[in-house]
Amino acid sequence: MKPLLIQHGRVLDPANNGDEVRDLLIADGKIATGPAPGDADVLDAKGKHVVPGLIDLHVHLREPGRADKESITSGTLCAARGGFTSVVCMPNTSPPADNAGTIAYIKQRAAETGCVNVFPAGAITKELKGEELAPIGSLKRAGVVAITDDGNCVQNNDLMRRAVEYAKMFDLPVMDHCQDYHLAAEGMMNEGYWSVALGLRGWPAAAEDIIVARNILIAEMADWWVHCQHLSSARSVALVREAKKRGVKITAEACPHHFTLTEESCKTYDANFKMNPPLRTERDRAALLEGLADGTIDCIASDHAPHCNYEKEVEFDVAPFGIIGLETELALSLALVHKKVLTLRQLIEKFTVNPAKLLRLNKGTLSAGADADVTVIDLDREWTYDVTQSPSKSRNSPFHGWELKGKPVATIVAGKIVWQL
Amino acid sequence: MKKTKFIWKRKDLLGIQDLSADEIVHILDTAAAFKQVGERNIKKVPSLRGKTLINLFIEPSTRTRTSFELAAIRLSADIVNITATASSLVKGETLKDTALNLQALHADIIVIRHGAAGAPHFLSRIVKASIINAGDGAHEHPTQALLDAFTIREKKGTIAGLNVTILGDILYSRVARSNIWLLTKLGANVTLAGPSTLVPRVFEQLGCRVTHDMEEAIRDADVINLLRIQHERQRKTMFPSIGEYTAMFGLNKERFARTKPDALIMHPGPINRGVEIDSDVADCGRSVILEQVTNGLAVRMAVLYLCAGGQPV
Repeated sequence: MKPLLIQHGRVLDPANNGDEVRDLLIADGKIATGPAPGDADVLDAKGKHVVPGLIDLHVHLREPGRADKESITSGTLCAARGGFTSVVCMPNTSPPADNAGTIAYIKQRAAETGCVNVFPAGAITKELKGEELAPIGSLKRAGVVAITDDGNCVQNNDLMRRAVEYAKMFDLPVMDHCQDYHLAAEGMMNEGYWSVALGLRGWPAAAEDIIVARNILIAEMADWWVHCQHLSSARSVALVREAKKRGVKITAEACPHHFTLTEESCKTYDANFKMNPPLRTERDRAALLEGLADGTIDCIASDHAPHCNYEKEVEFDVAPFGIIGLETELALSLALVHKKVLTLRQLIEKFTVNPAKLLRLNKGTLSAGADADVTVIDLDREWTYDVTQSPSKSRNSPFHGWELKGKPVATIVAGKIVWQL
Repeated sequence: MKKTKFIWKRKDLLGIQDLSADEIVHILDTAAAFKQVGERNIKKVPSLRGKTLINLFIEPSTRTRTSFELAAIRLSADIVNITATASSLVKGETLKDTALNLQALHADIIVIRHGAAGAPHFLSRIVKASIINAGDGAHEHPTQALLDAFTIREKKGTIAGLNVTILGDILYSRVARSNIWLLTKLGANVTLAGPSTLVPRVFEQLGCRVTHDMEEAIRDADVINLLRIQHERQRKTMFPSIGEYTAMFGLNKERFARTKPDALIMHPGPINRGVEIDSDVADCGRSVILEQVTNGLAVRMAVLYLCAGGQPV
């Protein structure tokens, strides 16, 4: 592979406090230094930002088992288009990723058919049933970067405690989809005015908060890292903020749909607004923005959750939860920079150094010698999202037709341009 | 028929929430004309002759289905009933595919009853036919609210300014929601009453008063609308027992004696005698439960006629 010289871009590298217009040289799949060789390919990034390759620590690639919804090929193409060089895929596949064999399969498929780095997460419990621990040590050996029962939530507090204590031995963070099953019951949307007006079962914020509180107590007890996935409620943000002040090993992520939309979107009964956790109130949305701004929320993730049209084009009660999000994630997040909720550096940290640190990945930096995963972004480019042109096998986005500002123009994985506008 | 210049423009009746007060009054006025038709010797008019109506009932119902069926027959429409057990829905066909099949059969009007809130809205985006909501989950039951209002207006002369108490399982009730929207739009004072688990405070945001005190709920009421406890929609944690419900919130003889002497007693049916309402109270002179049924027919004729763009009576 020929060396690649990215010229004249504004290179923003939070891990090294770097922010200057300069050239960036890539050779042998690594970030290089020194003069560019004469045969190097050149990528002109004038007027663009050059940042470490973005990491999304929460996606569903549906392989193995539901390749009609998505595959590693199609899912990683979405990632590349969205500016992501690494994704962490959730274990709720079929069969579930609760054993070393399935992890090995995912890694092999990713190596053969994925165009970005795929890091699998393993299950906390066998079959994600919340009853018995999965073979966490074997999962670690097989290469998982975290464990989670995402989609499900371990309800047994003792089992969760043991999982966290056990995972600590392997230096594995535990990620959790925070949902108390009894409180959330058959909830279809946020409990409040709109659920009452629409006659849909409510999923109260307290069902999330109570598990976030539980996770904080367990993280404290086990003195180990628990990561709360897709926070949606104001109280959850406040709980994590308070716990971090005490030095508890707790981290959190938020999704663009939760900080962009509110429960009112459900009023047309369009199942593309049905997600888990549900869209919440304006107050919750504002709290997520505050949490992102003050560092309470460490990472932004898409929770990319593909579902077939025929599964989503049904009664709201019947539709599965979730939306695709990899392609719109960066632009919806850049909106926070354009609105001055976050600085660009803060935002890039949430997509690079923060998830890399959380998952112990040797990524998220442009240091010399680091893997040459790079994203080139045009902050001001205006575009309209057309889901019909998505490489995803699914079309379940509530952002179809949205006019967005800011777009990746090149995605580079290990020195190779995997997508370019 | 009262002559108004109002022009009806909707092809669907999905709920009361989207209707204006003028639209509601127009339906009630139209229903008054159709009620007279029902009292004639020949009860049939040719308004919907040649139109095809499909009663798509994906949830069990006898009275509402029968009422729509009879309404359609009296308007001279051709009518087919599809119920969940008889249809291919149980074989896994989606509602969208069912709807497209009905469209392929050139249905003009689809009356839908469905256990999922929003199912009629979903249908209205897919097919060209008029969609009439005959009850969707816990969301709305617009024709029930219209027939309730028709009955109140007929008995009391007006709706504005009346104190209407709706009593019972509000949380899971589509009848309650449609009544709340309608009555508040027409200027009634609505009080919701029942156990705190079934009548949460959030309903105040819909413009109602919420109380858990039976005496307070019935004392000043001009109309008391009793709702059935919806066993099928309820989780077991909502209240201790039917017996306790009856003791705390049932309209028994003692409580009935403390209502205003001209307070109307209403119930959308089916009634559970001895549970939410004392058997004798259900049959007393102030009970208009059976008149509601009669009026339901006139209201449904009016709704079908208006939405299908029928010929004048």
